[in-house]
Amino acid sequence: MIRRLAIFAAVVAALWALDALLSGTLVPGMMISPYVLQVITLAGINVILAVSLNLINGFTGQFSIGHAGFMAIGAYTSAFFSVNFGSSLERVFRILPEGPRRGAVLLLVLAAGAVAAAIAGFLVGVPSLRLRGDYLAIVTLGFGEIIRVFILNIDAVGGARGLGGIPKYSNFGWVYFFAIASVVVVSRIVNSSFGRTLLAVREDEIAAEAMGVHTTRAKVISFVISSAMAGIAGGLFAHYLMYIHTNSFTFLKSIEIIIMIVLGGMGSITGSVVGAVLYIVLTEGLRAFEQYRMVTFSFLLILIMIFRPQGLMGHRELFGRKRREARQPSTPSIEA
Amino acid sequence: MKMRRTGMLALTLGVAAAFGCAPGRSSKEIVIGEYGSLTGNTATFGQSTKNGSEMAFNEINQAGGLLGKPVKLVVEDDQSKPEEAATAVTKLINQNAVQAVLGEVASSRSLAAAPICQGAKVPMVTPSSTNPKVTQVGDYIFRVCFTDIQQGEADAKFAAKSLKLKKAALLYDVRNDYSVGLRLVFAQKFKEYGGEIVAEQSYSEGDSDFRAQLTQLKSANPEVIYVPGYYTEVGTIARQSRDLGISAPLLGGDGWDSPRLWEIGGKALNGCYFSNHYSVDDPAPAVQKFVADYKGKYGNTPDALAALGYDAARILADAIKRANSTDGAKVRDALAQTKDFAGVTGTITIDKDRNAVKPVVMLKVQDGKFVFQERIEPGA
Amino acid sequence: MSTFLQQLVNGLSLGSIYALIALGYTMVYGILRLINFAHGDVYMVGAYVGYYASTRFRAQEPSYPRAIAIMVLSMVVCGALGIVIERFAYRPVRRAAKMTSLITAIGVSLLLENGGQLLFGADPKFFPSNAPHREFNVASVRITSEQLTVFVVSLVLTAFLLAFIQKTRTGKAMRAVSFNLDASKLMGISTDRIIAITFALGSAFAAAAGVLVAMAIPKIDPLMGIMSGLKAFVAAVLGGIGNVPGALIGGLIIGIAEVFTVGYLSPTYRDAIAFAILIGILLFRPQGILGRVEKEKV
Repeated sequence: MIRRLAIFAAVVAALWALDALLSGTLVPGMMISPYVLQVITLAGINVILAVSLNLINGFTGQFSIGHAGFMAIGAYTSAFFSVNFGSSLERVFRILPEGPRRGAVLLLVLAAGAVAAAIAGFLVGVPSLRLRGDYLAIVTLGFGEIIRVFILNIDAVGGARGLGGIPKYSNFGWVYFFAIASVVVVSRIVNSSFGRTLLAVREDEIAAEAMGVHTTRAKVISFVISSAMAGIAGGLFAHYLMYIHTNSFTFLKSIEIIIMIVLGGMGSITGSVVGAVLYIVLTEGLRAFEQYRMVTFSFLLILIMIFRPQGLMGHRELFGRKRREARQPSTPSIEA
Repeated sequence: MKMRRTGMLALTLGVAAAFGCAPGRSSKEIVIGEYGSLTGNTATFGQSTKNGSEMAFNEINQAGGLLGKPVKLVVEDDQSKPEEAATAVTKLINQNAVQAVLGEVASSRSLAAAPICQGAKVPMVTPSSTNPKVTQVGDYIFRVCFTDIQQGEADAKFAAKSLKLKKAALLYDVRNDYSVGLRLVFAQKFKEYGGEIVAEQSYSEGDSDFRAQLTQLKSANPEVIYVPGYYTEVGTIARQSRDLGISAPLLGGDGWDSPRLWEIGGKALNGCYFSNHYSVDDPAPAVQKFVADYKGKYGNTPDALAALGYDAARILADAIKRANSTDGAKVRDALAQTKDFAGVTGTITIDKDRNAVKPVVMLKVQDGKFVFQERIEPGA
Repeated sequence: MSTFLQQLVNGLSLGSIYALIALGYTMVYGILRLINFAHGDVYMVGAYVGYYASTRFRAQEPSYPRAIAIMVLSMVVCGALGIVIERFAYRPVRRAAKMTSLITAIGVSLLLENGGQLLFGADPKFFPSNAPHREFNVASVRITSEQLTVFVVSLVLTAFLLAFIQKTRTGKAMRAVSFNLDASKLMGISTDRIIAITFALGSAFAAAAGVLVAMAIPKIDPLMGIMSGLKAFVAAVLGGIGNVPGALIGGLIIGIAEVFTVGYLSPTYRDAIAFAILIGILLFRPQGILGRVEKEKV
């Protein structure tokens, strides 16, 4: 227990030092370009999104294309609280120095965002997760769009004009704190007995049900956890860019996250991390060829599906026990 | 376990740090940033503004530059999207180290970018955003055009007094601040002038089918339909309204101003009106010279956005000259003190709210041309 | 009352477009159990083919023969496109897991959209009118010739498709393949050929929809297929996926629902209504209006 707390504190301290170093507050003048810092930070947010989506898509086998909707809920909820109550909340923590004070407020609003996203995940999950395969995909896409249109109509959060003036509470340090946390959380889940339940649901849902597994309950739980994490990612996103608009949370965003986990390998946490980082590296690297970027990604997606559907990592992890490669269920048939 | 992961992270970041370097502030030239919609739904807005400001800076550079140095204009495309405007401005400030920012035309996009400029203490001059909220963001944000409070009132006055109409319907774009704001002012003022708003419908920027809304409006029998939107939708709305048998004229704001308006709306636009910042027909020698120079350089007649882009660039340059420095705070002060600047779009004085007080020009669309109708002075 | 009727007309005209696109979805799903995400983008390509054909072969006077020729040209080009997509993107993953082919379909869809932005430019383009424009006044309801054309064409093509499926040998083969792909192979049906024909037909209908919509609402852009495609898919599900007349009925219902939502409720819910209908249908009657219930076998 003490050892864990010590490791935790060490990680937090390391992240703070790194952030101070990189943004030039520690050693003025020696800093990396704010642009590169922004890219790295956004990569961290992508990691959270990819890892959380992988929990539901890769490990539970439920194909959801509505992840951006939960990110939006997290973003808008947390931003709403910061914009309207940010200064009052800061006064509550006024005994703390500036950094931890803003951090405390950030944690509070992120929690609000995560709770809202989790509730949304529950409301979406319960009806949708009864459906299979393609239908689930379309329904989650539909819910994602409904969420977006719903937010678009709420004037209190700017509606169709977007929400601006969000205080910049999140930074490199916080984003990577949560990125690391999300990786830890998901790997804990996956390696537990609950995780084995999820894998059972993925491999053969009917058999799992026959074995006494509460498949619907398992699916909903992992869906809710995944949505909550997306909500946190959304909150971090909002407090980093200071302006959000529902245009950033369309299903094209959901598909971007899917590209990340497909690229990296849907059954692997390391794969999601690799996929997320690779995606943003390629995106920024190809900035010069901006128009060819998405065309390249789409080609890549098709080619991966045809030639290497398991992505870069397949089911393998970089650290930890290797999980057994899952077999593709084969349909018994006479090959004509 | 966690240590190894943190180690890997630090390693990656070290590599990233190695190839990322902080941009130096160039002292050999003055870098001005501009963000605009070069592509997307309102592409002509950004293109016209860019043409105008480029022409202005070209003239300045040919006359010896600003404070003895050449001016470099860096333009970023925001694809007609507010979230891209925020990203574009962040890049201009962080990566290109611009001293000041020009932009944007659309109020929504200006509102997305303004807090970023204000936070970074970089002066921002919007050539054509008319929503009052834009300059309220902070003391570094200026505009060189009139606000929608003026424009909406001018439109209402024109409809009520000049066209002598009593019943108006509203069809506005719920997606952008400009349209939402303008519609509120018009509705209020039109009622003050004795008119009545008989029906109201909305649409979203990017929509292409307005028949459902127009059908509802038609049943209220309006004498005029106020459409304070952007040219792409306005053209289509005009067409579809005629298809549905609505003969009432349409009235709108400066968002109509585009060389493509007639291409989209065609004959359906004949007899429709809109308010604007300037008229190509204005006989004033400064205007005619600008029109001739622009035509010579770009091959087509400049619209109001090009004229405002031109004026905004020149006012910014003038402020930098008066401040004798590119320091943000000094330029801001100089901008705030701009008085009686001779612009193509009129004589420009920046008031205490950082807005310009200028006359509104009413134009009529006829056979592909925008014909001058009347000029409505501020406060008249 | 006339407002209500006018909105009905608007809805039927919009719904006919969805119906035409839905036909392609329903056919492909019936045969391959695949949601062809790229189908909406084929509709977009159809509109652009029509655009380039119209501007290339400029004529002074709009005329019916010209309009029909352009529509047919677009249908042929997109039919070919459909065959190409199936052959190179879908056939290699036909035997793979469901998710794989779904992701591949998403990939093709993205490719068409972004490729379209690259090739055609991301800015909207405005379709010149090819057919003479007329307006009819029926009981104080205004119907334009474009709206009428859209409705008539969708009825005609649906009827044609039905006849094709019921009466011809190829049609019968299509029905067999949709029933059981492997058994059809054993019966001597060239399933690859049938699948290719299915894609060709579906894509051709989508192209027709694209050209018709471009004539009615002159604005086209490379992303126009996304929303329309999704709503058309909802229409196919609503009518009963795999069922041809169901696609027509579903399309018309979605079109009317959308127009009425915009007119009587609020225009900002325009896109949401289709998805709300989808969720409702999947929760309460997943087989759709005309569909049959399919038992999942272990």
